[in-house]
Amino acid sequence: MGTDTIKKYEKEFLLGLYERMFLIREFEEQVKFLFLEGVMPGTIHQCQGQEATAVGVCTALNNDDFITSTHRPHGHALAKGVSPESMLIELFGGVTGCCKGKGGSMHIGDVDKGMLPAIAIVGGGIPLATGMGLAFKMKKTPQVVATFFGDGATSEGAFHEGINMAAIWDLPVVFVCENNFYGASTHVNKVTRLKCIADRAAGYGIRGETVDGNDVLAVYEAAQTAVQECRDGKGPVLLELETYRITGHSRRDACQYQPKEERERWKNNEPIGAFGRVLVTRDDVDEGDLEAIRSQVEQTVVSAIKVGRSAPEPTVADLLTDVYA
Amino acid sequence: MKRMSIAEALREGIAEEMARDEAVFCIGEDISVPGGWGGAFTVTLGLEKLFPDRMIDTPIAEAGFFGVSVGAAVMGMRPIADVQYGDFLLCAMDQIHSNASMLRYMSGGTVKVPMVMRAPVGATGRGAQHARSTERFFVGTPGIKVVAVSTAYDAKGMLKAAVRDDNPVMIFEHKLLYGSKGARAESGAVDATSEIPEGDYTVPLDKAAVRREGSDVTIIGWLLMAHLAASAAESLAAEGVEADVIDARSLSPFDYDTIGASVRKTGRVVIVEEGPKTGGVSAELAAGIAERFSDSLKAPVVRVASPDVPVPFAPVLENAYRPDPPRIIAAVHGLMR
Repeated sequence: MGTDTIKKYEKEFLLGLYERMFLIREFEEQVKFLFLEGVMPGTIHQCQGQEATAVGVCTALNNDDFITSTHRPHGHALAKGVSPESMLIELFGGVTGCCKGKGGSMHIGDVDKGMLPAIAIVGGGIPLATGMGLAFKMKKTPQVVATFFGDGATSEGAFHEGINMAAIWDLPVVFVCENNFYGASTHVNKVTRLKCIADRAAGYGIRGETVDGNDVLAVYEAAQTAVQECRDGKGPVLLELETYRITGHSRRDACQYQPKEERERWKNNEPIGAFGRVLVTRDDVDEGDLEAIRSQVEQTVVSAIKVGRSAPEPTVADLLTDVYA
Repeated sequence: MKRMSIAEALREGIAEEMARDEAVFCIGEDISVPGGWGGAFTVTLGLEKLFPDRMIDTPIAEAGFFGVSVGAAVMGMRPIADVQYGDFLLCAMDQIHSNASMLRYMSGGTVKVPMVMRAPVGATGRGAQHARSTERFFVGTPGIKVVAVSTAYDAKGMLKAAVRDDNPVMIFEHKLLYGSKGARAESGAVDATSEIPEGDYTVPLDKAAVRREGSDVTIIGWLLMAHLAASAAESLAAEGVEADVIDARSLSPFDYDTIGASVRKTGRVVIVEEGPKTGGVSAELAAGIAERFSDSLKAPVVRVASPDVPVPFAPVLENAYRPDPPRIIAAVHGLMR
C-alpha cells in the first residue's frame, strides 16, 4: 500500500474503511473479553488480524449483493452491514438477535443485509454461493455473491464441486480464500504442495490472483475488479488473500503452533495499524482523526454490548418454531 | 383421464409446474442430454425441448449440485434436484442435512429453502451400492419433509405439492414402480400405473392413504412394500382375515391420525419395510404407535423388514433380502394366533 495509492481516494472513503476495520477489531476484542469473563455463552472463532479481507471485499459489493461466510463470521457480518447490536444480542442468545438466538456465533447472518447465515461446516457454504450465483444468472439480475472460506476449505470436496460448477456455468461468484496459513492448527504447507492457493484457479479454467490480504486497498481493488468481471458475465474469479489470525483459532487457544517470530512479524503488519500509518501520510488526515474514529467506535461497541446483555431471551415455546416455513 | 406410469406422471407434473412458475428448474446428472435417458429412469425425458434454459445437467458432483440447489432456493428459485440412485444422496448428505434442513431454523425463520429432492430406491439386481432404501437417513431430520410415492396418481400430486411447498421436500421413488420403458425398463417391475385426471391437482404431503379396508389387522408399508402388503392382504382375505392396508406415504411427518384410526379398529399392526430392520423407519413408526395407541393394541407391533446386511446381488439372495407376501402373511398369522 503506497502513499500514491492512498491519494487516489476520497478522504471519507478511506476513513470509512478504517472505521469498519476498527469496528471489527474492537467488536472482537470486547467479545473475547466477555468470553473470558464468562458472561457470554457458547464458543467463538475470531478474526483479529483479518479485518482487511472482510472490509476490502465487502466494500466492493453493493447492498443487494450477497456473501456467504464460515465458522469465523463476525468480521464478514460487520463488513457487510449487519448491525453490531443485532450480532451482540445473538451472541448473548437473545430473541431479538439477527437469528433470534437460534444461530449464535457460528451462524451469524442477516439476509436483509445480503449475508446468508454463516455455514460452519468447512467448505459447506461454497456450493451454496454457486447456487446463489446460478439464481442471479437465471433471474438475469446483476447481483454478485462473494463466498469467504479459509485455506483449509480448499481441501474439501465441496470447494472443488462448487467452484467447478460456477466455472462451467460462468456464474457471478467471487471465491474469496482468506489464507491465514493455518486450518485450525495445521499449517497450509502440510496439506497442499502448491505454493499458492490461487494456482488452483487454473484447474477450473478461471482467473486466480494472490493479494496481500492485510492491505485493505489492495483487497478492495482486487475485489472490485473481480466483482466487475462477474457482473460482466466473465466470472467466476478466485481471490487468495494472504492474512494472519493474531488470535486463537477458538477460545482458549494459545497458538503454540505459530512460531513466535512469525507471529510478531504479522502482528507488526496487522492491517489496521498498517493502514493508519499510510493514512496519516495524507495532508488532510492526522492521528487525531483516527483517534476520534476509534473512540466513537468504542462507544458504539460499548452501547451495543449493553443492548446485547439486556436483550430478552427466547421463551421455551420458541424452541419449536422456525423449523418449517 | 389417461393411464400413466409413475415416470410419466412425474414428467407431466414437473412440466406443468415449470410452465406454471418460472422459478422452477430441474438439476441433476444426465437429466436433459439430447440422445440420453432423461435421468436414470426416464422421468425428465424430453423436457429440455420444452424448457431449454431450465434443465441443468451437472457434473457428477452430488454434494455440489445439492448445495447449488440450496443456494438457488434461498435466492427464490425452486429447484427440483434429482439423484440417479438414492444411494448417492449420501454424497450430498452435508448439504442436505447441515444446510437444506437447518438454514431456516438457524436463521431464526428469515430464510426459506423451497427445494424438491427426488431419489430412486430399492433392491433391483444391482448389488449393494445402487440398492439401499435411504429413507431412514432422512426420517428424523427436522426441517425436511419426506414422502414416498407408490402410485402414479400420488407421484404427480405429491410432486406438485412438493414444488409449491416452501420447505425442502424429499420424494422417494421405487425403481420397480416407475414403469420406465425401453432400454430403461426394469425386470421384476410392478404395475403402479394410475388413471390421471385432466387438469391440476395436488396430493397433501402429510396424509397416509388407506389402500384397503379390513377390521382384523393393520398392515403398513410404503413404496414397493405398499403393493406387496396389498397383495398379501388379498391372500389373507381368501382365508377370512381382513386387513386394513395403509400406504404410509408421508414418512416425515407420519400421519398418526390415519394410522391411529386403523389401529383403534384392528388392535394389531404389521409394518413392512424394505431395508435393514435395525434403526429403520419401521422402528420409529412402531415406537410412535406404541406411545400413542398402546391401549388399543391387542399385541405388540410386529415388523417385517430386511435382515441387517447390505443388499446382495444373487437373485436368490436379493429375493430373500426383500420382504415378500409370504413373510407378511406369516407375520399376520403370528399376530392372529
